[in-house]
Amino acid sequence: MKNKILLSIAIFFLIFCFIILFKSLNNSNVYVPESISGKPLINFDSQDLFSTIKISSDQIFVDSEFYILNIWASWCLPCRTEHPYLMEFNKNSSIKLIGLNYKDNPDSAKKFINKFGNPYSVNIVDLNGTISIKLGAYGVPETFLINKERKILKKIIGPLNKKLVKEINLIIK
Amino acid sequence: MKTKKFFLILLVILNFKILYAIEPNNEILKNKILKNIRCLICQGQSVYDSQSDFAISMKLVIDQKINEGLSESEIYDYLKDQYGQWISYDPEFNKKTFILWGLPILLFVIGGVIVSKKLIILK
Repeated sequence: MKNKILLSIAIFFLIFCFIILFKSLNNSNVYVPESISGKPLINFDSQDLFSTIKISSDQIFVDSEFYILNIWASWCLPCRTEHPYLMEFNKNSSIKLIGLNYKDNPDSAKKFINKFGNPYSVNIVDLNGTISIKLGAYGVPETFLINKERKILKKIIGPLNKKLVKEINLIIK
Repeated sequence: MKTKKFFLILLVILNFKILYAIEPNNEILKNKILKNIRCLICQGQSVYDSQSDFAISMKLVIDQKINEGLSESEIYDYLKDQYGQWISYDPEFNKKTFILWGLPILLFVIGGVIVSKKLIILK
């Protein structure tokens, strides 16, 4: 009798572990803190990619309903796949696109923009990656949707896709 | 004479180690923090151990924060605010982590009860 109880406990435990592991297979292994939404955007100073003029976040985040801050690099392959979506966003007058060029060679970044088009109103550089870390980013590509009060509405880790673009459009509407 | 020379050289060589062992206070604090935070894009590595782009930038930011005069706990709070509890190797006790902290204690108590019951039966 005792052995039967022990055996059933062991089987129950194994099934429990199996269910947890099986469920976790479908979950993304990228951890995104829930608290990021609604948080105010940090202030930062950088320089323009093309003119190399110093520019602060206060000068960038003005005169628009929504902002999309996209962290990108010319060496990043997924950035190429999401580029057409950014070009689409560029047509929307209520969104201002800001590019944050992450740990890149400025010449390569300029070549990338010349080749694939420039969706950004402002393109700033993050040569040592510290601005991205202060924004709470993991790497490239990463996209932040920000409202006119400079609060983060959504953070997307990885390249944009059709589904994510729809989600952003829904928020904007 | 040869033995004396040998020990003299040995003494000089061994003393170099002491020179390297002296680290500035900021460096000790920085290394302590870096060892306690997780490299979020690596597999099971701390920021201290990692050479990824994320870790290299994180090291620079922590350096800046120490120079700004933030204390150790203020730096952890800043990082948790940006990246969530996951960044820390020492998560706080809250409603999301109570199983993590409570389960080992619970298992220890259950084990203790089983062992003490067996001992009573044996007596």
